[in-house]
Amino acid sequence: MEYFIQQLINGLTLGSIYGLIAIGYTMVYGIIGMINFAHGDIFMLGGFAGLIVYLLLMTVFGGAPIAVALLCMLVVSMLVTSLWNWSIERTAYRPLRGSFRLAPLITAIGVSIALSNFIQVAQGPRNKPIPQMVNSVYTIEGISISLKQIIIVVITVALLASFWYIVEKTPLGRAQRATEQDRKMAALLGIDVDRTISITFVMGAALAAVAGTMFLMYYGVIVFTDGFVPGVKAFTAAVLGGIGSLPGAVIGGLLIGLIESLWSAYFTIAYKDVATFAILAFVLIFKPSGLLGRPEVEKV
Amino acid sequence: MSAVASTMNNDAILKVEHLSMRFGGLMAINDLSFEVRRGEITALIGPNGAGKTTVFNCITGFYKPTMGMICMQQKGGKSFYLERMADFEVTRDAKVARTFQNIRLFSGLTLLENLLVAQHNALMKASGYTVLGLLGFKSYKDASKEATEKARYWLEKASLIDRADDPAGDLPYGAQRRLEIARAMCTGPELLCLDEPAAGLNPRESQELNKLLRSIRADNGTSLLLIEHDMSVVMEISDHVVVLEYGQKISDGDPAHVKNDPRVIAAYLGVDDEEVETVLTEVEEGAH
Amino acid sequence: MASVTNPSTVSTGSPTGKALREATFTAVMTFLMFALFIGLKTDQNMRNELILVPRWGMLAILVVLAFVGRFAMVAWLQPWRAASKAAKAEAPTVDEEAGFVKRNFSKLAILALVLYPPIILALFGAQGSLKYIDNFGIQILIYVMLAWGLNIVVGLAGLLDLGYVAFYAVGAYSYALLSINFGFSFWILLPLAGILSAFWGIILGFPVLRLKGDYLAIVTLAFGEIIRLVLINWQDVTKGTFGISGIPKITLFGIPFDASPNGFAKIFHLAPSSAYYKVFLFYLILLLCLLTAFVTIRLRRLPIGRAWEALREDEIACRSLGINTVTTKLTAFAIGAMFGGFAGSFFAARQGFVSPESFVFLESAVILSIVVLGGMGSLTGIAIAAIAMVGGTELLREMDFLKAVFGPDFTPELYRMLIFGLAMITMMLVRPRGFVGSREPTAFLFERKNVSGSFTKEGHG
Repeated sequence: MEYFIQQLINGLTLGSIYGLIAIGYTMVYGIIGMINFAHGDIFMLGGFAGLIVYLLLMTVFGGAPIAVALLCMLVVSMLVTSLWNWSIERTAYRPLRGSFRLAPLITAIGVSIALSNFIQVAQGPRNKPIPQMVNSVYTIEGISISLKQIIIVVITVALLASFWYIVEKTPLGRAQRATEQDRKMAALLGIDVDRTISITFVMGAALAAVAGTMFLMYYGVIVFTDGFVPGVKAFTAAVLGGIGSLPGAVIGGLLIGLIESLWSAYFTIAYKDVATFAILAFVLIFKPSGLLGRPEVEKV
Repeated sequence: MSAVASTMNNDAILKVEHLSMRFGGLMAINDLSFEVRRGEITALIGPNGAGKTTVFNCITGFYKPTMGMICMQQKGGKSFYLERMADFEVTRDAKVARTFQNIRLFSGLTLLENLLVAQHNALMKASGYTVLGLLGFKSYKDASKEATEKARYWLEKASLIDRADDPAGDLPYGAQRRLEIARAMCTGPELLCLDEPAAGLNPRESQELNKLLRSIRADNGTSLLLIEHDMSVVMEISDHVVVLEYGQKISDGDPAHVKNDPRVIAAYLGVDDEEVETVLTEVEEGAH
Repeated sequence: MASVTNPSTVSTGSPTGKALREATFTAVMTFLMFALFIGLKTDQNMRNELILVPRWGMLAILVVLAFVGRFAMVAWLQPWRAASKAAKAEAPTVDEEAGFVKRNFSKLAILALVLYPPIILALFGAQGSLKYIDNFGIQILIYVMLAWGLNIVVGLAGLLDLGYVAFYAVGAYSYALLSINFGFSFWILLPLAGILSAFWGIILGFPVLRLKGDYLAIVTLAFGEIIRLVLINWQDVTKGTFGISGIPKITLFGIPFDASPNGFAKIFHLAPSSAYYKVFLFYLILLLCLLTAFVTIRLRRLPIGRAWEALREDEIACRSLGINTVTTKLTAFAIGAMFGGFAGSFFAARQGFVSPESFVFLESAVILSIVVLGGMGSLTGIAIAAIAMVGGTELLREMDFLKAVFGPDFTPELYRMLIFGLAMITMMLVRPRGFVGSREPTAFLFERKNVSGSFTKEGHG
């Protein structure tokens, strides 16, 4: 039982990270109907930004209180990663909007390849380990919860709450939802569609950057290829929750995190990624609208 | 009005019995029964949202009806229960072809190719399910020539022969409508279902369409079932009219009978004041 | 990011002023984006701790380059392009008579490929030619074949498949395992590998047929990854990440290519060299490519091929014409997979070694991008794209002279995939419909007119 709860906690932590990445997928898909293939690499970029900020703090200031360090890492990483995604959207995706449907998918794959290889070239191909930033562990009745797990869950919840507020309650969120429903009509009603889409990419990247930084903190290591697998898993989460649905992305992320940690705990760790991919395939085949998505009706 | 055709052959080619279709809480069609007689042009009319296209989709297998029976009786005596068949089987086996309200052509293929795709099943057989064709057997070459001739026949009939090698997406609207009908005819149907064939056509194109539809019935012996809003088309060419409102049949008979049916006039009255006037004037014109 | 435009700069003032403003904006953006990643490099010190190595010089160069590049683009390139466009619009379009080369392009291309090995051998000798025949010739032709195979699925039938490499893997492992464990020869296993791959194509294709577009792409990606992960984890059979080595070579109707008394060199009284085997492999893959092209061209003129293209244009209309879309899609999957399997077994025989490393998602992405860049459905375009993308990146391996420019630490190979990714983006932006955007009709009544790319659709599922 304790083992089970332990795995549950691990799964929730992992799921928070997936959920944060999944939101970026789901928002971009919702608004322009494109699978942003490079989103996983944006997440990796965010992790590297966090890493470099951390090292900068260590070398220039000779260390900083954990809270300050983490805050700096998160903020800088969010800013830099958002800037990247903003530029990528303007150069690689926007000119192709409204053209051939496959074109943006191919450029997104190109961006993904270019980003991961850029990091390989600029930062080297090796694993980048950092010392444990946070190492307190609390043990309650045989179940250990580490401080970093608490940090991850708390930050995720705080971000999701503010994010939820933006999408549901602000004019910006309204513009986003309107653009999602009908881009042409939204433009006719005076919504700056291009700007709204840009902001969507920026928001997605900011969340991915947080996920990347927390990934770095949690595992203590990052490498340039780290974008692909978490990216696909987060995409699975988005699909599982129902692509286009924000709460769906979070729920999907948590589910994928739980499934992964429970699978590794009770079955074989070797096939844990197979499990994720199989779930992705099963959901898409049998319930393509996901848990919270709206079903699409075939129009004749 | 062609009384000739209706006396020529009076048995039913298609029988729709107690057809119902429910979408969630909405009863789109409610216990609908009617017949399409062989060699006739039958029109299915009714106000917007009456469920005409839903009936079509049930007949052609795109929707599975909640209840009811749709029976297709072929010339040779074979009969098919369409509600049990997949959409492609309805065309392939039961020989019921259709067109779409929002034209669905293969816009990147040429006109000729569009018509060749329609002869898929015949050509598939001739090509030995690809194997013999791949090896370059003569039987396929002959069949291919024959298919091209059939396509040429229909292109001529639809007055599209000049544009045979142009992409279908390049055609003007009226020509696209005719091409879609020609394509459906290339499947060799006994019953052709047309979903608003005259929608968006100008009067001249509308006349050309009427000519085409009449000749399809006369020369090829194909029965027609059509949904139409354009009353001039309905009154001019149909032998038999079925009127739907809110998924139910409110009138059924020859055009003369239907146009004087108070329920039909009321149905159109209930929809739109302006439309009633057009109905009435068109009904009058149709009487001449 | 050279073409980022500043949203706040409305085109007022002098062109130079505008260019200056935009260039400054780009330079600032470049600085902010690259400061962390280029300006600082994470490195490991003696104690295996990460340290930061500043590279401010490189960052400065990059920022200056961005400034100059953007300035040049706004100040000179854009006005020039606008002017040339206007000039083009004014000039009447002349119908140019297709030249001799253009008319006989495919014949000439095949002739050139047939003559390629002897010419290279004559130029560089047996040893020196290996690189050109193997790395350029065989490598590119494998990708041509794979892309032509995928073209059936994506280009003709319009089914977006991101897991194509799975069938390549099935073909490669089929050959590797069956030839090692049962000693079958390549000539038996080639068709067998194709059949096995086609079989897997049907198995994987069947459940995903009702999916549309992007969803289909993701499921195929998932299947591709599952197959790779199974290859990694099923160690009893596949030896996991170590891969399978010692895969038998292909023989020429029983004549092996080795130094033994009845080897190829001895029989034909030639000096022993590995070049013969490479030349043989070159002709073999060329033959396989031609087979793929021949079958594709034939299939397009058969009802099944027309049904594929019709499916790409409008699936519902296909069903209304009595076409069984399930079997039509499955045949596309199966035939595409079969060619992937052929290519896979050739690959295994050529390498003598297979491991899951060769079948990562990136390979699928590369093959797909070749198909799309070439212009979906066009064999010529795809071949050109394969040469440009694969040959271009192979060329980077050869650029040793760059070491003289950037110092001895510079390894051009590292930049291969970075440049590949950037090239993918650039080419897609310049030609979203690929090199050959028009479609050749499969039949005609009076004259063969190519269909402009603006009419063809790219499929929904």
